[in-house]
Amino acid sequence: MWDYTPKVKDHFLNPRNVGDIADADAVGEVGSLACGDALKLYLKLDDKKEKIADAKFQTFGCASAIASSSALTEMVKGKTLDEALAVTNQDIAEFLGGLPEEKMHCSVMGQEALEVAIFKYRGMEIPEHDAEHDHGHAYPEYEGNLVCKCFGITDTFLKRVIADNHLTTVEQVTNFTKAGGACGSCLPRIKEIIAEVLDKDKESGARPKLSNLKKMQLIQEVLERDIRPLLRADGGDLELIDIDGDLVQIAFRKACAGCVSSGNTARYVQMKLRELVYEGLIVTEVSA
Amino acid sequence: MKEIYLDNNATTRVDDAVFEEMRPYFCELYGNPSSMHYFGGQVQSKVTEARKRVADLLGATPEEIIFTACGTESDNTAIRSALEVMPERRHIITSRVEHPAILSFCRELASKGYSVTEIGVDGAGRLNMDEYKQAIDDNTAIVSLMWANNETGVIFPVEEAAAIAKRHGAQFHTDAVQTVGKIPVNMASSKIDMLSVSGHKLHAPKGIGALYVRKGTPFKPLIVGGHQEKNRRAGTENTAAIIALGKACQLAGEFMEFENTVVKAKCERLEKELMAAIPHAQVNGGGAERLPNTTSIAFEFVEGEAILLLLSELGICASSGSACTSGSLEPSHVLRAMGVPFTCAHGSVRFSLSRYTTDAEIDAVVKELPPIIARLRQMSPFGREFLK
Repeated sequence: MWDYTPKVKDHFLNPRNVGDIADADAVGEVGSLACGDALKLYLKLDDKKEKIADAKFQTFGCASAIASSSALTEMVKGKTLDEALAVTNQDIAEFLGGLPEEKMHCSVMGQEALEVAIFKYRGMEIPEHDAEHDHGHAYPEYEGNLVCKCFGITDTFLKRVIADNHLTTVEQVTNFTKAGGACGSCLPRIKEIIAEVLDKDKESGARPKLSNLKKMQLIQEVLERDIRPLLRADGGDLELIDIDGDLVQIAFRKACAGCVSSGNTARYVQMKLRELVYEGLIVTEVSA
Repeated sequence: MKEIYLDNNATTRVDDAVFEEMRPYFCELYGNPSSMHYFGGQVQSKVTEARKRVADLLGATPEEIIFTACGTESDNTAIRSALEVMPERRHIITSRVEHPAILSFCRELASKGYSVTEIGVDGAGRLNMDEYKQAIDDNTAIVSLMWANNETGVIFPVEEAAAIAKRHGAQFHTDAVQTVGKIPVNMASSKIDMLSVSGHKLHAPKGIGALYVRKGTPFKPLIVGGHQEKNRRAGTENTAAIIALGKACQLAGEFMEFENTVVKAKCERLEKELMAAIPHAQVNGGGAERLPNTTSIAFEFVEGEAILLLLSELGICASSGSACTSGSLEPSHVLRAMGVPFTCAHGSVRFSLSRYTTDAEIDAVVKELPPIIARLRQMSPFGREFLK
């Protein structure tokens, strides 16, 4: 039995916003009966056409697909389209308190449907809905060479999911996108694609490009989750003062302030941030 | 919440009488049956009795029974043995719908240079006998075909298939873990060489199995060490579980008629009433001869895991051939081999009954499942599209 979080169970058993919106401004449809899961997302904008006033969904799929869809509709309500586009599959998974890794593709499906809906609303040309297979080439941005024939997934889409989620193994890629999960004949190609993405990372000395907003969010998350608890355990702490481009300014507090090894601590913070956020980051200590 | 357990092809409740039979052999009568002293000897005589009870259920003789740790071990042993005793033969025949205990093992053997033919099935899950007859030749070492399918309950004509194997000098093995205890099996009038049994499928505990090996069949053990099981399976006997399996087999014999009348009637009623209450559904293997306790129904436009979890909320335990339940991304290999249309392969649910199943439990499923399917269809974009 899957180890679903209480929040996944809640959104599965009591899904929010099931249904359709007859006069929806934007509709995004991904997945198919053959794939085993599908999501149709309806968005209704407010009168000024700025913010998402209402969101509804119809989903064919397992408990985590239904929960991801329900979570997505809750998350995007009240957001502008640009804000909604910043919602990632990781955000959906986090909202639900996490998903089993084998089920991460459900959160990816949510993000995909959202993008399809918004791109369509903005007048980007969307290829005809293909009832058989359409993951990853439902809209122009992901057109590319078909990699996984069973689930209809292109290299462009795979590269994006690999980069966004920092995936390094074929198994992870299958868990996040389903690619390679059926006949398995594309697994060698997926391995190559992972290598291509990783190589590109190395060349540019950076992980795939993050928006400024995303970068700031990630830095804050890493500080809160991975660093501050450690410092606090030793009676110390730090404060994030500012982020300017790639420059992260921090100030040490409590026991860390004035500690002779705070230079080492700063280097540790830089190492962690480079590891978990972006390799180009520079951490400096300020005495604010 | 009292569970409504309709997943007996996955595992069964240990019968109270079986548990009582095995209970003394942990803390009191814990002797080693191989020992010379009276303390081990009294266990030896119970193991002998158990072997006789298993043999009786199978219509076999006690020396044809080898105790193993599970059905998977029995399956692996049978295939490995045949390949060892006939090293000049390099061909294996099995079917596309076998349990992974056979299928995964055969695919591994294929990667080691053996040639493996997987015989297909028709839409009702019936074995393609013509394909089988064409595949077999004098290079075939072993044919392994399941007696009854765990997902659909479809019964294969193993006796006919065994006779064909014999004509080519191949050994014939059948994975009968879902069959033994559910329908009569009589090795005395059979051409089957080897047959696998699993204890926990017939109200004995997990961790005990048996392999029937017909007298005179060339055999090589998989596990080598001590002299146990007449040098055919080394390792100190799992005495309590062996004694339990013996008792379970005795009870299975006594309940055989019950299984094929009362349990069968309940299963048929469940299937009939669900099919009447829920449109756009089909019985997997509906046109074939099936086990008395198993029904697998595919519901269009909904996904199996969601069905199972909503049933589970009500205490109803069933199983599914859907992708999402297994952690794989495709519907089960059995449903795919049968060519079940993709519109409903993802929405298959299997109910498997036992002699403990009550009419009230059947009533509960018939009452609860239709609204669950309706609710999920209402939520599904396809349900709304196609079921207008």
